[in-house]
Amino acid sequence: MTQEEKYNLAKWAMQHALDSGADAASIVISESKSSTVDVREQKIDTLKEAIQSSLSVRLFVDQKYSAHRTNRLDKQELAHFIEQAIAGTKYLSPDPYRQLPDPALYYQGNGQELGTVDPSYDKVDPATKVKLAFDVEKEAFEKDERIISVSASYSDNTNSRLMVTSNGFEGETKNSSFSLSASVSVNGGDARPSEGWYERAIFFDQLKKSEIGSLALERALKKIGQEKIKSGKYDMLIENRAVSRLFYPLLSALDGYSIQQKNSFLIDQLGKKVASEKLSLVDDPLIPGGLGSKLFDGEGLAAKKRTVFDKGVLGTYFIDTYYARKLEMEPTTGDTSNLVFELGDKDLASMVKGMKKGILVTGFNGGNTNGSTGDFSYGIDGFLVENGEIIQPVSEMNISGNMKSLWMSLAELGNDPNPISSWQIPSMLFEGIDFSGS
Amino acid sequence: MRNIDRRKFLKSSGSAVVGSMLLPAFVQSCQGASVSAEIQAYLEHFGVDLKLLQKVTEKALSKGGDYADLFFEHKIVNSLGLEDGKVNRAFSNIDFGVGIRVLKGDQTGFAYSETITPEAMLKAANTAANIASGSQAVSAQEIKEAMPANYYTINKSWEDVSVPEKIPFIQKLNDQVFDLDSRVSKVNAFLNDESAYVMFYSSEGVLTYDYRPMVSLGVVCVMEQNGQLENSYSARSFRKGFEFLNQEVVDLLANEVVDRTALLFDATKPKAGEMPVVMGAGGSGILLHEAIGHTFEADFNRKGTSIFADKMGKKVAEKFVNIVDDGTLAENRGSINMDDEGNRSEKTYLVKDGILNSYIHDRISARHYQVDPTGNGRRESFRHVPLPRMRATYMETGPHSREDIISDVKQGIYVDNFSNGEVKIGAGDFTFYVKSGYLIENGKLTQPIKDINIIGNGPQALADITMCASDYKIDNGTWTCGKSGQSVPVTCGLPTVLVKKLTVGGVS
Repeated sequence: MTQEEKYNLAKWAMQHALDSGADAASIVISESKSSTVDVREQKIDTLKEAIQSSLSVRLFVDQKYSAHRTNRLDKQELAHFIEQAIAGTKYLSPDPYRQLPDPALYYQGNGQELGTVDPSYDKVDPATKVKLAFDVEKEAFEKDERIISVSASYSDNTNSRLMVTSNGFEGETKNSSFSLSASVSVNGGDARPSEGWYERAIFFDQLKKSEIGSLALERALKKIGQEKIKSGKYDMLIENRAVSRLFYPLLSALDGYSIQQKNSFLIDQLGKKVASEKLSLVDDPLIPGGLGSKLFDGEGLAAKKRTVFDKGVLGTYFIDTYYARKLEMEPTTGDTSNLVFELGDKDLASMVKGMKKGILVTGFNGGNTNGSTGDFSYGIDGFLVENGEIIQPVSEMNISGNMKSLWMSLAELGNDPNPISSWQIPSMLFEGIDFSGS
Repeated sequence: MRNIDRRKFLKSSGSAVVGSMLLPAFVQSCQGASVSAEIQAYLEHFGVDLKLLQKVTEKALSKGGDYADLFFEHKIVNSLGLEDGKVNRAFSNIDFGVGIRVLKGDQTGFAYSETITPEAMLKAANTAANIASGSQAVSAQEIKEAMPANYYTINKSWEDVSVPEKIPFIQKLNDQVFDLDSRVSKVNAFLNDESAYVMFYSSEGVLTYDYRPMVSLGVVCVMEQNGQLENSYSARSFRKGFEFLNQEVVDLLANEVVDRTALLFDATKPKAGEMPVVMGAGGSGILLHEAIGHTFEADFNRKGTSIFADKMGKKVAEKFVNIVDDGTLAENRGSINMDDEGNRSEKTYLVKDGILNSYIHDRISARHYQVDPTGNGRRESFRHVPLPRMRATYMETGPHSREDIISDVKQGIYVDNFSNGEVKIGAGDFTFYVKSGYLIENGKLTQPIKDINIIGNGPQALADITMCASDYKIDNGTWTCGKSGQSVPVTCGLPTVLVKKLTVGGVS
C-alpha cells in the first residue's frame, strides 16, 4: 500500500470503530517484506521470500478495553471484524486505567531523519544476496579437516508501522535490517561443538560482508576439548555479545508492568543505588543511525533521552500510559531504544590479560531469573583463564546468584559496545560468582 | 522449550471472530473430479478449487522442482485476561494465508501469500519455483484424498462460544486463588483459545485437511510474606473445545499455583555441583525434550551436527528405557491428526529397549534416510517451512517404584516443577530450569529448593538413567517448543526416574 492508502484505510477503520460504539480507538497498519537465503555445502538450502500486512485496533468502549489484529484487509470483512470486536468488549469488566495517552505527550515534531531505513532496500539484486551467502560459507567451507558442517545465511527485512489514534496522533515508523551469519560444527571427539557469527546493519552498504565464516570456524575450533571444571567462586568476564542474557532481567525489573504486578526485585528503588558505581547508561532514542532509534514509541509518546543508571543509581522506570495511571506515576515509555553505556578503556583481550583466575563466558545455555526475588541460574560455556592466559574451553557449567548482588559486583566494563544490537553493551567483568561444575 | 507465562501475551485474542469467508467469484464448481463433502467444505472455506490447486502446483514446478506443496491455514485466536481482580481485557488475532513450497532434492524454495487469489498464489508459486533453475512441463497428478485421523473430538467449538460464557471461569480462578491463602497479593489469569482450519495439497496429488482446536487456561500468583515476594505459574492446555472449562480444572489450577508459590518461602538454593537427580513424574519430561528429543531431530543428524548422528541401532540407555514421540494422544496439546506435510501422525519409538530406534523426521530427512515419514513435519504457520519437530515426548513405565528410587539416594535432589530448557545440539549439553524441588538426604525428601538451573550432557544423561518407576504421567502445561524461529505446541512426560549424575546450580 502507498502511505496515503495506509492512512486512508487506518482512518476509515478508526472512524468505523467510533461510529460502531467505541469511545476512542487507535489503529496500526503494519507491513513487512523479507528475504532469506540459506546456504550449506556451497548449495542453496532454502530460499524464502515474504510480504505481509496487517491491521491492529485498540478499542476503548464504555471504559472497557480490547485489542485485535487481522491480516484480512478487505473493508467489508474489516467492518464486520471491528463491529464484532466492539460487541465482545462490552462484556468485559470496566478498567478505568485504560485510556489513550495524553495528547500533550505525543510526538509533535516534523519527522527529523534518524536513518532507520535503507531507501535502496528493493535495489539489492537476488543474485547478490545468494553470492554473499555463498562467499560467507566459503570462508569456512573445507578449510579444516575437523569441520562437520558449515552453513551461512543472508537475510533482510524492511517494515513499516503506521498509527492513527482518535485523540490526534498520526505517525509512521520505518526500519530495515540486513544480516549475514555463519554457523560451523566441528568434530571434537564425542562432542561436536558448534559456533556462529552474525553481522547486521540498517543499510546494505554498511553491512560487514567478510570475516564471518572464518570467525565462526575459529570460534568453533577453540571449543574442542571443552569440559566442566571444579565448582567454586570465580571472577566472570562476559563477552559483549553474550551479556544481554544477564542484563535483560535487570531491565525487566524496571518495566511498569513488573513493578505494578509485583514481579520485580527493584520496586520503590528510583534514585537509590542498586548497582555498582561502574554502571552508567542512558536510553537515547535520537541517535542518527542507531539500531533502536525512533522519534516516538509504540503508543506515540515523544521519544526522549533518559538516564537509566548513573553510577549505579537508578534513574528511570520504563512505564507506559496504562501502568503509569495504575501506579500514579508519570509515563516514560514502555520500550527501550538505544542503550548507551559509559565504557571502560580496555578491549576484551586486555581484560582477559588482566584476569588472575576466572572464567570468560562466551555463551549461555538455558537458565532463568525469578522476577520477584532476582534469584537466577544459567548454563554457560566459555574459557578458563589463569594469569591472563586462556587455559582451556569449559562447558556444562551453571552460574547462580541474585541479580541485586550480581550488579553490585560489576567491576569493569570494556570499551567494546556490541555493534549488532540496540543495547550497546560492552564486555563486563563481575567478581566472585558461584559456578557449579564437577 | 518454554512453559509460557502468557501474562504479557498481547498478540492474541478476545471476542471477534470472522468465521466464514465470502466465497470469491472465481470459484467455480469442480470439473472432472469429485471430492468428499469435507474436502469440498475446505476448498470453499479457502475459496479455491481443484483446478486452481493443480495450476498453482504446475507453476511451482515449472522451473524443474521435483515436489511442491500448498499449505492453507486460517487461524482464529481469542484471549481473555484478568488483572487486578477483573476480566478486563480481550485480544484476538485472525491469520489467513497459503504457504507454497518447492523441493529440489533437499533444497527448498518457499513463499507465501496472505491473499488467496489466483494471481497472488501464482506469483508466490513462481517465487518458490526459483529454487530450481531449469524448465519443465508438469502434468497434474490424480487427486488422492486423505481423511485425517481423529485424535481430538470437540463437543463445542470455540468459534461458537461467546465472551460471557468464558468469563466466569477466569473470574472464579482468581477468586479461589485469593480465598486459598491470605498471603496472595496479585493474580493474573488468562484463557486463550484457538481454532485453525488447515488444508494441504501436494504435487503428488495428496489432498487433506484438519481442524485444530486449542485451549489454555493459566494463572500467575504472587504472594507476599514479611516483605518477601514469590510467584508461580500453573496452566493446562489441550486440543479441546468449550467442554474443557469446568469447575474441576479451575480447582486444580487454583490449588496447584497456591501450593507451588507457598513452598518457595521456605526454599533455598542447594550446594552447587554434581549429584544424583530424581526427576518426579510429569513435567520432568523436559529432560527428554531437551536432552534427547532435539538431538534426535533428523535435520541435525542429516547435517551431522547432532551428538547422536552416528548412534542409530546402538545401545544408548538401560534396557528398561523406552522413549516415545507421540502425536496420537487423545486431546493432547502436542497431538496432530496429520502433520503439516500431509502425513498421518503416529506413535514413534525413539529409543526401544535402550536402543536408538528412530529419528524424528520431516519429508526431506525421511527421504534422505530412505525411511517412512514419522509424521513430525510441523510448522508454526503458513508463513514457515516444515521442520522435524516433536509432539508429545515421554518415557514409558519402568520396573522400579518411586519410593525405591528416592530411598536409593543418599545426597541429591528431587525436582518436579520447571519453567524452561535449552540444548546445544552438537555439544549435547542441555539444561532445564527448576522452579522448585527438594533436597534428598539419606533417602528422604527434606528442605525445599528453588530457582536453579541443571545442566548435563544428552548421551551421558540418557546412559545415566539407572532407575525408572511405573508412575508415568504427561504434563499438560502450556509447553511451547522453539526452533529456527518457529514455535509449536508440545507436551512432555516421564515416570519418576533417577539420573545418576547431573550438574546442579547453587552456592559454592
